[in-house]
Amino acid sequence: MPKPFNKLTAIAAPIMRSNIDTDVIIRIERLVGNSIRGSLGKWAFGALRYLPDGSENPEFILNREPYRQAEILVTGPNFGCGSSREGAVWSLQEMGIRAVIGSGFGDIFFANCFQNGILPIVVDKEIVDGLAAEIEITQGAGRIGIDLEEQTITSPTGKTHRFEIDPRRREGLLEGLDEVMLTLQRDDEIRAFQAADRTARPWIHFTRKSA
Amino acid sequence: MASSGRTMLAKIWDQHVIARLGDDTDLLHIDRHLLHDLGGSRGLLDLKSRGLAVHNPDLTFATPDHAISTARGRAGTIKIGQELLAALRVETSASGIRMFDIDEPGQGIVHVIGPELGLSLPGCLIVCGDSHTCTHGGLGALAFGIGSSELTHVLATQALIQRRPKTMRVKFEGKLPLGVTAKDLILALIGHVGAAGGTGYAVEYAGSAIRELPVEGRLTICNLSIELGAKMGMVAPDEKAFEYLRGRPYAPQGEMWEQAVEAWRELPSDVDAQFDREVLIDVTKIIPQVTWGISPEHVIGVDGRIPDPQAIDDPARRAAVETALDYMGLKPGAPIAGTPVDWVFIGSCTNSRLSDLRAAAEVARGRKVAPGVRAWIVPGSETVKRDAVAEGLDKLFTDAGFEWREPGCSMCLAANGETVAPGQRSVSTSNRNFVGRQGPRARTHLASPATAAAAAIVGAIADVRTMER
Repeated sequence: MPKPFNKLTAIAAPIMRSNIDTDVIIRIERLVGNSIRGSLGKWAFGALRYLPDGSENPEFILNREPYRQAEILVTGPNFGCGSSREGAVWSLQEMGIRAVIGSGFGDIFFANCFQNGILPIVVDKEIVDGLAAEIEITQGAGRIGIDLEEQTITSPTGKTHRFEIDPRRREGLLEGLDEVMLTLQRDDEIRAFQAADRTARPWIHFTRKSA
Repeated sequence: MASSGRTMLAKIWDQHVIARLGDDTDLLHIDRHLLHDLGGSRGLLDLKSRGLAVHNPDLTFATPDHAISTARGRAGTIKIGQELLAALRVETSASGIRMFDIDEPGQGIVHVIGPELGLSLPGCLIVCGDSHTCTHGGLGALAFGIGSSELTHVLATQALIQRRPKTMRVKFEGKLPLGVTAKDLILALIGHVGAAGGTGYAVEYAGSAIRELPVEGRLTICNLSIELGAKMGMVAPDEKAFEYLRGRPYAPQGEMWEQAVEAWRELPSDVDAQFDREVLIDVTKIIPQVTWGISPEHVIGVDGRIPDPQAIDDPARRAAVETALDYMGLKPGAPIAGTPVDWVFIGSCTNSRLSDLRAAAEVARGRKVAPGVRAWIVPGSETVKRDAVAEGLDKLFTDAGFEWREPGCSMCLAANGETVAPGQRSVSTSNRNFVGRQGPRARTHLASPATAAAAAIVGAIADVRTMER
């Protein structure tokens, strides 16, 4: 069940390269297995974060202070594209990330964020670029504020930007709602749908092998 | 609602609405839920730990594909892959879910077996914990990938909460030139609209070139929808789709078949349907495609030159190209053809069906894999493998120096430990050329099966059109 998200003021790290895919966020071999949760934070962005010998790449922003403390990522276009692996979100979460801000995200990654109490915020590219520039000017010291209730981002220099969010997603995050239990409350409706659909589209429901 | 006609997306979507939740968001019925070894048992165990049961085991199907070895006898399956396979067997059996196991017809890459078994049907809403679930749209299904949490949600409820996407129609018009395949069409489209061009959309592929394509080519086209950012892609079902499905093991039969086909004929978008975005592609201008970078949008014709960052004005784009070329170890401005390769991988949910293997075999027949190149053929399913063997394709490939493997995902994503070594260059018929996708620091060029086979024979990226017989 996701933890509620309401307000956050935190260090933010700009990762502005476009098309950062979920393979880059977490390599597949870290996700093979049923007991992987809790071990993923150190492997987030592995290909960028570590050199071939396994040591930290000092060039990578999340290996530098104060960005090691980042709870917000400011991202380039199409962050989280590619694979549906929810491990990408888990790995960010396990390294302490609670919100991502960008001009657009991979659709499945975007949905997976909400499922884990991580807030993905979509704003215009000019705003994203402006936030990244302000962070760089303050060498990371300037914090970004996020208020989900008010739907605002406050930049390090105090500029406020409003963001849009699906109202149902917003409520789910504010309350930390468990979608499975909410849907199960509608089980009568699900079963009624299926009963009617068995007549309308019987081929969907008779799944015995026919040949 | 405007008075205009309805899109196929709208028709299929509306048939699946259990409850309207407001803001274009609906609770949708899931007709088919496909599980694989990487996330299937995890979802079932997650459900169990919450004290919940599988809502509809009869609408849920499973097969191992991601983490099993594709070596003969499945030799060398990594320990964790064996554990996931064992867990999938135990948990599907305990929940009454049909699992297509190793060596059984029906086992294979989940997006190959769905259509092949007739589980994937027009108008069907299909989900799977894998982003390439969009593949099934090639039969006129509404199909998309989901994450682990949504997977658990579907197991528990046989339903999913989704916001209706925008609609995009891509018309591919014209007659395919020689040597140009479905893979080349979709790569060219991704190059044209970009890797985020379809984000937030459901894409419908239409036009004369799509109508002419066999179903397997349509599955390839839809497979790469996610590489242009679209979670779902689809092709209107037609006589070709119905003929493809007729008589398949799980397709309806007899009177129910007639009833289904009648309903499926209503699914295509109305002629006056409005789309949020329209794209027109003239296929007569397309030549065989190959990627040069680390995103599927980094694609050119095989006769093209590797981009030169110095010629790019936009600093962000220049930096992106520099990063890609540095990773790929390519020289700016050089022709892409002639780039030496170490590996060729023919397989994956994109291009591992019988028609793909035939296309590769046509190039390989009577020729030899170049010295120093390792070339793998990994059929998409046990059935594809058996059909190919019956045609003698396995012998043709092994005579030419290719390795003939067992069905699975294999080197497309390297989850089973089958990797391209660091720094080595691969031409692959799969769907992603991401950094490290085929193994840490592996360099991937995406291409069609024919172009991949040509690379294996020449030992370098090559224009398959010069090898036609």
